[in-house]
Amino acid sequence: MQTGLRRMLAPMLLIAQPALAGDASVAELRDELRLLRENYASRIAELERQIAGVEARAAAVTPPATAQRTAPARGNAFNPEISLTLQGAYRSMKNLAEREISGFAAAHGHDHEEGGEQRGFTLDHTELMLAANVDDRFRGVANLALIDDAVEVEEAWFQTLGLGHGLTVKGGRFLSAIGYANVQHPHAWDFADSSLMYRALFGEHGSYGQDGVQLSWVAPTELFIELGGEIGRGAGFPGTDRNGNGIGATTVFAHAGGDVGAASSWRAGLSWLGTRAAARESHYEDSLAGEEVVGAFSGRSRTWIADAVWKWAPDGNPAARNLTLQAEYFMRRESGDLACYEDPDEASGATACASQVDSRYRSRQSGWYAQAVYQFMPGWRIGARYDRLDSGSVDLGTNASNIEQADYRPTRSTLMVDWSPSEFSRIRLQAARDRSMQGVTDNQLWLQYVMSLGAHGAHAF
Amino acid sequence: MNRIFRVFLGCAALLAALPATAALQVLACEPEWGALVRALGGADVGVREATTARQDVHRVQARPSLIAAARRADLLVCSGAELEIGWLPVLLRQAGNPRILPGAPGYFEAAAVVNMLEVPTRVDRADGDVHPDGNPHIQTDPHNILKVADALAVRLAEIDPPNATGYAARHADFARRWRVAMTGWETRARPLAGMGVVVQHKAFAYLLHWPGLREIGAIEPKPGIEPSSASLAALLAGLATDPPRAILRAAYDDGRGSEWLAGKLGIPVVVLPFTVGGSERATDLFGLFDDTVDRLLAVAR
Repeated sequence: MQTGLRRMLAPMLLIAQPALAGDASVAELRDELRLLRENYASRIAELERQIAGVEARAAAVTPPATAQRTAPARGNAFNPEISLTLQGAYRSMKNLAEREISGFAAAHGHDHEEGGEQRGFTLDHTELMLAANVDDRFRGVANLALIDDAVEVEEAWFQTLGLGHGLTVKGGRFLSAIGYANVQHPHAWDFADSSLMYRALFGEHGSYGQDGVQLSWVAPTELFIELGGEIGRGAGFPGTDRNGNGIGATTVFAHAGGDVGAASSWRAGLSWLGTRAAARESHYEDSLAGEEVVGAFSGRSRTWIADAVWKWAPDGNPAARNLTLQAEYFMRRESGDLACYEDPDEASGATACASQVDSRYRSRQSGWYAQAVYQFMPGWRIGARYDRLDSGSVDLGTNASNIEQADYRPTRSTLMVDWSPSEFSRIRLQAARDRSMQGVTDNQLWLQYVMSLGAHGAHAF
Repeated sequence: MNRIFRVFLGCAALLAALPATAALQVLACEPEWGALVRALGGADVGVREATTARQDVHRVQARPSLIAAARRADLLVCSGAELEIGWLPVLLRQAGNPRILPGAPGYFEAAAVVNMLEVPTRVDRADGDVHPDGNPHIQTDPHNILKVADALAVRLAEIDPPNATGYAARHADFARRWRVAMTGWETRARPLAGMGVVVQHKAFAYLLHWPGLREIGAIEPKPGIEPSSASLAALLAGLATDPPRAILRAAYDDGRGSEWLAGKLGIPVVVLPFTVGGSERATDLFGLFDDTVDRLLAVAR
C-alpha cells in the first residue's frame, strides 16, 4: 500500500518540486519509475499470455466445419491428379544407320531419331499425365509424351465409372488391352526398352494404341475372368490410316487370373488383333543392284497374342523380396498384295523394281520373349530377358525374285539391375547382346533413370 | 472374326448366368476390418480380406483375384486416409462395380470416423511416404475400433435393411464386451505409461498414444524409406542420452534393422501382431489387443 502510494506520488513530486530534488532523490525517483515500468510491462505480458490462451482454447472448441468455411475459397480444389515422369539414359551401342529387325516389315512414318535409336546421352519422352473424375459417371485421363519439337498424345480417354455389372466402356485414344505389356507405359517397363516382339508387332513405341472404343466385362466369379473387345481407327502399325468410315481395327481379349496360396498370383490372357493396311511402306533390299526399294503392302493383318505372368513373394509380401516371371508369344498372318517400287527421292533406275512390280504377299511369322525379374532386397532388382523371333514364311509371288528376303531368327539377351530408393525413383543399368539384325552382333550398355513427380497413381498387376 | 465374337459372347453369357450368393459380400482391405465385419455381421455377411497380417498393406499389388472380389462386393471396408492408394484405385477402376466406389454407401473408410494423429503440416515426398490425411494405422488403438464399429454397424444396416436388427444386436453385444475388455487392458497397461520405445515404421502412433508410450526414434529414417547402415548408426548415436526399453515392429516388417539395433543396445525386439492374424493369439480383435498388451508388458517389467 505504502509503496503503491509512493509510486503514485513520485511523478507528482517530480513535477511539483523540481528545485527541491537533490541528486540522490532524483536517482531514487528514477529507480522507482523503472520499477513501475517493469511492473506494468510484466503485467501486460501476463495479460497478453492469458488472452492468447483463451483464443487458442476458443479455436480448439470451434467445430472444424466452421473453420473450413472461413477458409478462403480455392479455385484449384478440383485440379486433376498430375504426374510427370522424367526419363533419360546413357546408351552405348554400335553405330548403325538403321535399326530394323531383319525379316520383319518395319513400321515407318515414325522414324524420327529418338529413344532406342540414339547413342550417348539422351533424353527420352517426358510423360505428363493428368487424370480426374469428370463427374459421377466418367473418369478422364490424358498422357502426353513430350520430346523436342513434339508433343505426342499417347493416351487421351474417358472411362465409365458406374455402369455396373462389371462393365466398363473406354473411349478415345488408349493403349489396347491386348497382350500383357501393351498397356504399360515406358516408365513401368521392367527393362529399359521394350521386347523385340512388341517392336516387331507395333513399331518403335512398343505398344499398340487405339483411337476408338473399348468394352470390357469382369465376370462375377471367384476366378478373375475379364472379356473385352475394341473397335477403332486402326491407324497404327500393322495397319495404316485409310481415310474411311467404319471400323479400322478390331481386338478381342480374354484374361483370367487368381492366387495360388498367399504367396503366388497369376494372370494369363489370349488376344486377337485384326486390321487392314493400305500401301504400308517398308524398306527392302533389291536383289539386282542391292539397293533399297520400297515394298508397299495392302491387305489384312491378323495377330494372336498369348501372355502369362506369375508373381511370387514370401507370404505375398513383396516389400522385401519378390519374383515376377513373364512370357508372351505371338503369331501374325498377313495376306494381300505387295507393290515394289523405287523411293522417288533415291530412284536409281537400276533396281529390279525400277518400274513398279505388283505381286501377292502372304506371311506367317511368330516370336516370343520370356523374362524374370527378382527383387533380392528392398530397392534392388535384377532381371533377365530373352527375345526370339521367327521370320517364318513370306510368300512374295512374282516379287520373290526382286526382293532379298531375310530368313532369319532374330534374338536378343538382356540383363539388368535396378535400384529404387523409393517407388518414385529408379536407376537402371542394362546390358544386352542384340542379334536382331542379320550379320550384326550389337553389345549394348544402357544406364537409365526414371523419376516420377506428383500424384503417381497405382500400377495395374 | 464373327466366329471369335460368338465364342466370346457364349462364354460371357455362361458366366453371367452363374447364381449369386445370398449373403452381403464384404471386401475388407485389412484383416482387422474383416474381423470387425465378421463380429458385426455374423452369418449375414460373407467376408473376403484383401491382405493378410504378413503383408505390408502399403505395398500390396492389384492382383486379379482382388479385382474379382471387388467386382462382387456389396461393401468395401478399408482404413482409408490414402493407406491403400497404391492398389485400391486400380481395383475400383477395373472391377466395374459402382456399389463400392468412393461416395457410394458401399464404400466405408474407417479413418473418416476417428481423430487422426500425425497430420502433416508439410507434404513433401522428400519426407518419405507421408500420408497427407494423417497416420492411417488407426487400428492399434482400441478406442478407434469401437468408433469404427459404431459407424460400421449403421452402414451395414443401411446397405442391408432386412438384417438391420441383427447388425444392431450384434453391435450392442460387441460394444459392451469391448468396453469391458478395454477397461481390463487399460488397467493392465498402466505400467507402460512413459516407457520409451523405438519403432520400425511410424505405424504405432495410435498404439503409443493409448497407454502413453514414448516414441524415441524410428528404424526407417523417413516413412517408407529403408534404413541404411549410416541412418542406423545415426539413430544409435542419438539414443545414447535416452535409451529405449524395446524396439517395436509389425509381423510383416523386415527384421534386420531392428535386430541389429537391438543387439547394439541390448534390448528386446517386440514383434507386435499389428492386426488380426499377426500372431497365434490374435485370432480376433480381442485376441489382438490381449496379445499386444501382454507383449508390451513383458518388456516393461
